[in-house]
Amino acid sequence: MAEIRVMREDLLPPREPPRRHLISIGDLECQDVERLLGTARNFERSLERELKKLPTLRGKTVVNVFYESSTRTSSSFELAAKRLSADTMSIKSTGSSVDKGESLKDTALTLGAYDPDVIVIRHPQIGAPQLVARYTGAHIVNAGDGKHQHPTQALLDLYTIQEELGRIEGLHVAIVGDVLHSRVARSNIQALSLMGARVTLVGPPPLIPRGIEAMGCEVSYEIDAIKAADVVYVLRMQQERMAEGANYVPSLREYAARWGVTPERLRPGQKVMHPGPMNRGVEIDPVVADAADALIEQQVRSGLVVRMAVLYDLLTHGPAGVQAAALHEIGAA
Amino acid sequence: MLFGKQGNDDLVIRGARVIDAAEGVDEVLDVRIDGGAIAQLGTNLETNAHRVVAGEGLVLAPAFVDPHVHLRTPGREDEETISSGTAAAAAGGYCAILAMPNTEPVVDSASVLGSLAETAQAEAEVPVGLLAAITMNQDGAELTEMAELGDAGAAGFTDDGRPVVAPGLMRRALQYSAVTGRRLALHCEEPTLSKGGQMHEGAVSAELGFAGYPSVAESLMIERDLALAAYEAQPVHLMHLSARESVKALSRAQVAGVAATGEVTPHHLCLTDEAVRSLDPNVKMNPPLRAEEDRRALIAGLRDGTITAVATDHAPHARHEKEVPFEAAPFGVTGLETAFSALYTHLVEPGLLKLETLLERMSAGPARAYGLELPRIAVGAPANLVLLDLKGSRRVAEADFRSRSANSWLLGETVKGQVRLTIAAGRVAFEG
Repeated sequence: MAEIRVMREDLLPPREPPRRHLISIGDLECQDVERLLGTARNFERSLERELKKLPTLRGKTVVNVFYESSTRTSSSFELAAKRLSADTMSIKSTGSSVDKGESLKDTALTLGAYDPDVIVIRHPQIGAPQLVARYTGAHIVNAGDGKHQHPTQALLDLYTIQEELGRIEGLHVAIVGDVLHSRVARSNIQALSLMGARVTLVGPPPLIPRGIEAMGCEVSYEIDAIKAADVVYVLRMQQERMAEGANYVPSLREYAARWGVTPERLRPGQKVMHPGPMNRGVEIDPVVADAADALIEQQVRSGLVVRMAVLYDLLTHGPAGVQAAALHEIGAA
Repeated sequence: MLFGKQGNDDLVIRGARVIDAAEGVDEVLDVRIDGGAIAQLGTNLETNAHRVVAGEGLVLAPAFVDPHVHLRTPGREDEETISSGTAAAAAGGYCAILAMPNTEPVVDSASVLGSLAETAQAEAEVPVGLLAAITMNQDGAELTEMAELGDAGAAGFTDDGRPVVAPGLMRRALQYSAVTGRRLALHCEEPTLSKGGQMHEGAVSAELGFAGYPSVAESLMIERDLALAAYEAQPVHLMHLSARESVKALSRAQVAGVAATGEVTPHHLCLTDEAVRSLDPNVKMNPPLRAEEDRRALIAGLRDGTITAVATDHAPHARHEKEVPFEAAPFGVTGLETAFSALYTHLVEPGLLKLETLLERMSAGPARAYGLELPRIAVGAPANLVLLDLKGSRRVAEADFRSRSANSWLLGETVKGQVRLTIAAGRVAFEG
């Protein structure tokens, strides 16, 4: 007698493993960070050779899509991909179909049609990288989405600290300034806490978001609190986000006087970091910015090898994870 | 005050558990409907050659009333029409809905209201009440001609979507609304506090980086409006409460004798700001999803009668407008077709709310808040009934919506409690 058999789940062809993305530091575990920093260190050594290009990602395509202006992030991603021999393509919002009002979904579908292996995206709106991940088959790297996350910045900051101070665990880092509008701060709070550092946020009350202590950091409104830290991480005063009449601070002058990081407010030997671009004389005194204890140039240098490590890691090995599961659920719905 | 198709159907619903708390009914009965009105309740009723619907194992209750629906007509018929929105309402078990006036153009004149009423009379699957704006074009500057709008059939007045910002104007609106006999329904939001806000201000917004829309932006305006309502001794209805401070303020005012009623949405009763971590634009609404303590306070308020109405705030949006990053998406979610199952699944099943209370707050509660005729199960009453299958479950899927839009927070979720039959104004409006 003929009988229709229901195919058992385990007889179905295996599903594709979830794609891996780097969208938020919150998706990473300690071992992911350690692996990435280790890979970056290996790349750093390779860059000391005369021939700087590695064949590792030959034949792979990396697309950089930048909906916000950027110098260091976009250039370091592009160079990182080139150093690994990947083909690169850069798209900026001005002069593209975005200018003609194309939606992010349609831009994603268009770029996806070229089957890129990685899409690096910076966008002024939170959640843009997730949206692109939903509509393309590429690995997505978040190069900054609104005030949400900037995970490669946090990774390069960890790398810089590790290289300069020899460790991260047990260090005390003060993050100073406009935390409210800072994706760098959010990614760094998560990254530093994950790796066992203590984080104190310092700034004027309106620029410290209510409830942020739940991320596992301390808060102080007094600039003197930075003295206790091993590393002082200065945030950019984001004037472009300071809408007129918002009154987060009465004036930049008062901000600089009260919360600017000056030589007098630092203790000898404290390391100073800044994600750039700096407003000299506002959040950071020029003397501090140019002092030997400032790691600002090292940060930029770290950016290249860390981004090489991120591209390499996404495209080659490492355990799955990194938002993939959550994205699949949204996609199914 | 309600406009829509009327019916005179004949029907016998056999053997359902009939629940109408207001009538003191909760027993297994047959219900016979003659010519669109309830003719007899009892056991083993004669069918009189009527069509018989098997109700065994099901619950028969007064059909629901939704005091807060956006029908998007006129202006955005791509998102919803009177006919699609009321078909969705029928599928959700509703026998009456109230449509908000924030359309394009705004319902701020008797002529706009009249033409909508005419369309609704011909097309609405369930009767629709039309709210008119408090201020011209909802600009918060000049009062609408409320008396004429009332005569033309406005069910009440609201600038929903926007607050009435100026306290002096709010006071005049309260004073003048007295001549209409209809109440003001208030969207309470202090705009300088909520400005730019994408979600509830708290630990989740701090972590995600979204600009916060703090609870106090709602509760401060509620305190103001309740103070004005008390001063003018006028009734008010507070829309889509979201914060625990708002529930407290409403309760205090009620104790002090203010004739204030409140409504709450299924999404505020079922979800918290934790849901926003998904960055799904279908959990973006105004007011935003708040903290678990707020959700608990809303449920408690619904239970103890501080809040007497469940309102869907059904807000259809075109698919492409929600397929954008969270920050770019418009506020609002649909709810007509999922309200009962969502609340049955999230509140009744886990024991947070009694079924009888939920049924009352979805039917008589909202009807009373606007002075509408209460749907009831009694001989002589017009048939406004919903037949519910509490055990039946389904997976919420885009293809099943009758609404023109599918921006539901429940997509992909399996819910229990299905509407099997809706009778609205004496007419079978839905069978599923």
